[in-house]
Amino acid sequence: MLNLIGNYSLVLALITSLVLPIICLRNFKSNSSFDFNIFATISIQFLLICISFITLLFAFINSDFSNLAVYNNSHTSKPLFYKISGAWGNHEGSLLLWLLVLSLFILIFFFKSKKLLNPFRFLTIFFQQIIISGFLLFIIFTSNPFQLIIPTPIEGLGLNPILQDPALAIHPPILYLGYVGSSIIFSSSLAALVCSYVNKEWANDLKKWTLISWIFLTLGIMLGSIWAYYELGWGGFWFWDPVENVSLMPWFCLTALLHCTSVLEKRSNLQSWTIILSLSTFILSMSGTFLVRSGILNSVHTFANDPERGIFVLIFLTVLIFISLIIYFKFNSIEINTKSFLLSKESAIIINNWFMMYFLAVVLIGTIYPIFLEVITTEKISVGPPYFNQLMIPFLIPFLFIMALGPKLDWIKNKKFEVKFTKIILFIISLLISYLVAKNFNTQVLYSTILISSALYLFLVSITDLKNKKLKLSQKISHTAFSILIISIILNSLFSEEVSVNLKKGEEKKSLNYLVKFENISKMEIDNFTSIKAEIHVIQNENKLKFYPELRLYKVPETITSEADIKTSLFSDNLVVVNYLKDTNYLNIRYQKKPFMLLIWLSAFMLAAGGLMGLRKNFK
Amino acid sequence: MYGKKVKLRFLFISLIFVVLILTTFLVLKSLEDNVVYFISPSEIKELGEIDYNKKIRVGGMVKKNSVSMSSNQVIFIITDLKSEINVEFSGVIPNLFSEEKGVVAEGFLKDRNFLNASKILAKHDENYMPPEVKEALKDK
Repeated sequence: MLNLIGNYSLVLALITSLVLPIICLRNFKSNSSFDFNIFATISIQFLLICISFITLLFAFINSDFSNLAVYNNSHTSKPLFYKISGAWGNHEGSLLLWLLVLSLFILIFFFKSKKLLNPFRFLTIFFQQIIISGFLLFIIFTSNPFQLIIPTPIEGLGLNPILQDPALAIHPPILYLGYVGSSIIFSSSLAALVCSYVNKEWANDLKKWTLISWIFLTLGIMLGSIWAYYELGWGGFWFWDPVENVSLMPWFCLTALLHCTSVLEKRSNLQSWTIILSLSTFILSMSGTFLVRSGILNSVHTFANDPERGIFVLIFLTVLIFISLIIYFKFNSIEINTKSFLLSKESAIIINNWFMMYFLAVVLIGTIYPIFLEVITTEKISVGPPYFNQLMIPFLIPFLFIMALGPKLDWIKNKKFEVKFTKIILFIISLLISYLVAKNFNTQVLYSTILISSALYLFLVSITDLKNKKLKLSQKISHTAFSILIISIILNSLFSEEVSVNLKKGEEKKSLNYLVKFENISKMEIDNFTSIKAEIHVIQNENKLKFYPELRLYKVPETITSEADIKTSLFSDNLVVVNYLKDTNYLNIRYQKKPFMLLIWLSAFMLAAGGLMGLRKNFK
Repeated sequence: MYGKKVKLRFLFISLIFVVLILTTFLVLKSLEDNVVYFISPSEIKELGEIDYNKKIRVGGMVKKNSVSMSSNQVIFIITDLKSEINVEFSGVIPNLFSEEKGVVAEGFLKDRNFLNASKILAKHDENYMPPEVKEALKDK
């Protein structure tokens, strides 16, 4: 019964999404300002999608196994929290959630844009509806969350235990908010192009949406990364895995856009570039979904999938790209205002954009190239972290220096270029500290010194700039956060240590400077799994650490997960992960020392918080 | 003569080109050095010449009853049901590693029958199988 309601409301929502573009176009042509029809239809659409999402939630909470999605991804013994999060932990549900957010955002757009040009608003809703109807068709025909199975099974197959984690329960919704925010940017850019509305007022509105999606995307990427660190026990936070890259690409684009809109807002410059960035952000987000869901990517994250879905998304994507190209070339009559000087805020921002595009290109090629090669030569390859490190890190150095100096420049033309005394002092300080750090711990002294000093310099400059009233608070916070993030990442990768051994109970072994002891093991039955806890001691020069890593044996589906025992402090994380093999007495133990992990998470969070402040200021 | 504006524009465009060419070169060079080829055990047998200094990935299924563990390493056999290869690995095995399940090992070849793995990759999906193995299983 509930399944039927959910299904029918989706179909009704599809009808509203087909009617809406017509109303929008009529309003656009007659240039009317009467928008009650639109408001009513959008609200009904939102309501319908809400209903269908809530019915899905109910199906998951009540473990209604006549629903195929519930049967495939849930189990009666699962805790309530994961029953709920299971609703969007699977492909069908996650798309429904995406749709829900899409329709919510369009409602918000409708209310928040009342001051803007009416034809522009109607057209934005028009384009947004095309996206929504695409998603609705996709859901109804290829990934319907309300498919029935007859006869009704008694028990479900269960949710993959590695997905049963708080970070992962909120990671998809947050990431989707970021992606969906970029869809408004996309529609709004197309509408602005058609209405010749690419001006300061529009830029101001665009900036809010850019900030919203940027904040959520940043948080979403961070949550995914936290999950990989805690749950997978890989002992790292970023692996340059295709699925991760796919979320990073729109982030580069959005970051570039964020800076670029200020130029448009303040100086009415860079119109075309802003439009191109807006369009590519959404197209990148969509391609990301396509690549992840179609199973084309050869990734360690590979999900089970269905080629039919891939083809549908590919067609949808092609249509969107085609529409945007036509509109871009047909309506692009923007005059280029070239009056800007080499030493100005504009050029600093343009340089920022160039770097972002470079990073984007590196990641894009590294992600796409293997697919490309496989299609052409049937050779299977993967591009590893060394590729990304080799191409990103050297360019990070000038990027960080420019980021340190850029914000202080004036718009149009920096009148007096004076080399300030404090800047040089800061530079020397950062160089000295970096040299000391690198020399004490590392072999590649020169390289590390330059790298650390560039990040440290940005940090010191941002800290001293915190008092500068001329700069925006949001920008100061985000830049400081970014510098802390980069410093932590660099130090983390330079000074991480790792030991792995196989031990029987009571044995000990020395490796590097560490003595690892396997002291004890205990077994316990909890909720829907059996917990096996080991007691591991790690001793380094008198310093003894006790760890209690855990193995969870789930019955449905039959899987083992490792829960790392992580001892977190501000400066360093110590963690032990264990695993075991059937029919052996050995425990597979890995001890890792990871400096500055906490700082990485905190700074990423602070980065997003900076964005939030910018948003608050823009809404005042 | 051309105006200052045109000259500037020309300079700008040529700068973009130089940067683009440089970037492409850098990217291609780096790709060439850091690409890891993915091959199946059968393909290793058919390789003409083996480059022992090139990292590769071998994918297949963990052979039944082939896994053994000692204090510093794990030894097992990867099979694609036509050919097999011995793998020696010291480090942490992922949770989803088990007999008769799909596996991908990354490392250097010692000889045609022996891989010295430095990494074993986990898949999120417990039902995942490398495509070659899936096909081989279907054929059987």
